[in-house]
Amino acid sequence: MNAIHPQPHWLFGRLSWDALPLHEPILVGTFAVVALVGLAVLAAITRYRLWGYLWREWFTSIDHKKIGIMYMVLGLVMLLRGFADAIMMRLQQVMAFGGSTGYLPPEHYDQIFTAHGVIMIFFVAMPLVTGLMNYIVPLQIGARDVAFPFLNNFSFWMTAGGAVLVMLSLFVGEFARTGWLAYPPLSGLAYSPDVGVDYYIWSLQIAGVGTLLSGINLIATIVKMRAPGMNLMKMPVFTWTALCTNVLIVAAFPVLTAVLAMLALDRYVGTHFFTNDLGGNPMMYVNLIWIWGHPEVYILILPAFGIFSEVVAAFSGKRLFGYASMVYATVVITILSYLVWLHHFFTMGSGASVNSFFGITTMIISIPTGAKIFNWLFTLYRGRIRFELPMLWTLGFMVTFVIGGMTGVLLAVPPADFVLHNSLFLVAHFHNVIIGGVLFGLFAGINYWFPKAFGFRLDAFWGKCSFWFWISGFYFGFMPLYVLGLMGVTRRLNHFDDPALQIWFQIAAFGAALIAIGIACMLIQFAVSFRRRHELRDVTGDPWHGRTLEWSTSSPPPAYNFAFTPVVHDNDAWHDMKQRGYERPVQGFNAIHMPKNTAAGVVLAGLSTLLGFALIWQMWLPAGVACAMLLIATIVHTFNYQRDFHIPAEEVSRTEQARTQQLATAHV
Amino acid sequence: MSDALAIHAEARPVFYDADGRHHPENGTLLGFWLYLMSDCLIFACLFATYGVLGRSYAAGPTGAELFDLNLVAVNTAMLLFSSITYGFAMIAMRQRKVAAVQGWLVITGLFGLAFIGLELYEFAHLIQEGAGPQRSAFLTAFFALVGTHGLHVTFGLIWLVTLMTQVGLYGLTTDNRRRLMCLSMFWHFLDVVWIGVFTFVYLLGSMS
Repeated sequence: MNAIHPQPHWLFGRLSWDALPLHEPILVGTFAVVALVGLAVLAAITRYRLWGYLWREWFTSIDHKKIGIMYMVLGLVMLLRGFADAIMMRLQQVMAFGGSTGYLPPEHYDQIFTAHGVIMIFFVAMPLVTGLMNYIVPLQIGARDVAFPFLNNFSFWMTAGGAVLVMLSLFVGEFARTGWLAYPPLSGLAYSPDVGVDYYIWSLQIAGVGTLLSGINLIATIVKMRAPGMNLMKMPVFTWTALCTNVLIVAAFPVLTAVLAMLALDRYVGTHFFTNDLGGNPMMYVNLIWIWGHPEVYILILPAFGIFSEVVAAFSGKRLFGYASMVYATVVITILSYLVWLHHFFTMGSGASVNSFFGITTMIISIPTGAKIFNWLFTLYRGRIRFELPMLWTLGFMVTFVIGGMTGVLLAVPPADFVLHNSLFLVAHFHNVIIGGVLFGLFAGINYWFPKAFGFRLDAFWGKCSFWFWISGFYFGFMPLYVLGLMGVTRRLNHFDDPALQIWFQIAAFGAALIAIGIACMLIQFAVSFRRRHELRDVTGDPWHGRTLEWSTSSPPPAYNFAFTPVVHDNDAWHDMKQRGYERPVQGFNAIHMPKNTAAGVVLAGLSTLLGFALIWQMWLPAGVACAMLLIATIVHTFNYQRDFHIPAEEVSRTEQARTQQLATAHV
Repeated sequence: MSDALAIHAEARPVFYDADGRHHPENGTLLGFWLYLMSDCLIFACLFATYGVLGRSYAAGPTGAELFDLNLVAVNTAMLLFSSITYGFAMIAMRQRKVAAVQGWLVITGLFGLAFIGLELYEFAHLIQEGAGPQRSAFLTAFFALVGTHGLHVTFGLIWLVTLMTQVGLYGLTTDNRRRLMCLSMFWHFLDVVWIGVFTFVYLLGSMS
């Protein structure tokens, strides 16, 4: 195998000028645009002298709220990249019929569908979900920060480091051409000798460390730091779903780490975990990666369910219907998500008994999920519904997700799956649940909690435009794929012979264009809202008449979240406080104990990213140096014992007085 | 509406902790335990892989031909002794005896070092015999499982030295005692994993 490559250079490894894709006009153009935009941003930051501010207030911040916002920014930026990939695929598939080969050569097209999947799951959905949990969970449980504030910062930068490596693969070398789960033997050294799969492995390993640590962090936060009186069955539903999601993260991501490490050993050391020869077993990989992969989809959807639960209750002006059943349904889904992984490869040939078991467990998941849908419907029933933006996304979700759920049950029938496996029907199904479930949930959450984070609401007109373009774009974009899948069209093709199929791809491309307008409307919505921020200002801290503790503090909350730790008597604690004549304390403030900012997270994650880059290009000397520096930096960090400080009582008092005045203006 | 009346009839409820008496519990030990469980899953994957690939010899040597049980028995003893001596270090910590803590930690470290030394010797010997990780899927799974455990012990040793320096510099402060506690969990965890390795890989492997 080593014959494929000459001995790597001692310093540069496999990296040479050939790695730059100068012969690919599309990539050169993209690079030019990205470089220009990047330079413009850097110049603007320098021009307005923002480097110091960004470094002190954001990059080194261990405030869970700022880290949450950084996660959201990362997710939204990567959404643009992932969506650009989607548009390119739709364009290719609409063009490449009969004599036309389209505009993308196969090796480029294969990288695009791989990058699209990897980016959308790991660097869009995960950061957005983690960001919302980071921001909201401590506020909902009446805590001042997470259990391990430094680790939180480190986790974010590891995720960002993974994203940097994926973006880098666009211009230096190439990305994997294997599909988003990189099945061997295709992803093995024999069939993917270049750096693409190595970019895949190391970006996911680095981001994976961040995800795992943030999972541990949020579990410890929820278990140990709830306000007095908030027992488990008084926790807000979003916090419950966050707890279950983080349990899933801690119980699933190590499997991804292990399986990717094995794939890396096969590629770097020449071992035989997943090779075809000398006893290796590629199906081991497929089993292991789906033991992570199936819980992963529940990691994404459970927090979305939590968001819908909060939104439905708040905008119906009612207590959530069936709180206890909602909690139990969440826990049941958490457990069942581990017992269904094999439905991703019924065609492996495990036999009728094994397939039946996994088919039935898969269908059983629809029971707790259905219970949730009915709980939301009954919450709406006879409620005073306000059709604000978060509610629109929630209603759009309820219709769309039910369709996706039903096609999921259809796919869970092994004989049906034998026909539909690897077809566009499957592609339509998982986009139906991930866009209609996860993404709509995240958009509902963004519109719902934006005023909490920034102190002003998002513009409703552009929000509605975004919603209608997104939802109609979704139906135009993916319903044709169901049809094509039923006709037997398989996924990941970059050319078609049958001209009768073209009309369906044209409809799908039209849908993708509508979604593009939806995304543009969302960006306009942010810009317009910022310009109208004084009109949209929320001075009360409770713009939606919310029910949970995050609405009891100011918008945006002070660094310490709560001047006094709330005491909880009921679920929907804030609603309970409002009902029973809670009066906000205006004096007697104490000094507040808080963690101190640190640059260690940026440094450690930066070194990890360097290490990843060096390993991808087999630059052994730089890799060794980065590894040693990482170890030393970690040890040095442990010698820092001064990790906290007190916000003096006077400062708390001043902040709270400003809020008292602000509240007075609200009541005029 | 009778519920609402009942709520209003209640005595004036307390809605916030005015005296600042509530302090959230420290989550480090729980967090570290969660980390250990996630690490345990990595080992679970490696055990499962060994379970699947452990008989795929590819016409190469088997465990019965390769393993030197005497060597492994000595090695196992090293690790088990090191767990006991770490336990003595923790007892000394409770009695606030810095010198005794450091002494037991040194002994623990030496046992750990001996374990790593013997493991490296075993690996070198196997590779020399042409039974390296590239030889067959069985050997791949073997080296991955045993090697990952060895890597953990190595990091444990680096941590041990770091922590001894910190105890030497700052004494048995609250922070340092918490850290010693975490390393203690880590060390015993590696012991438990090794029992699994010893049983499933070496003992069962020698019988096949």
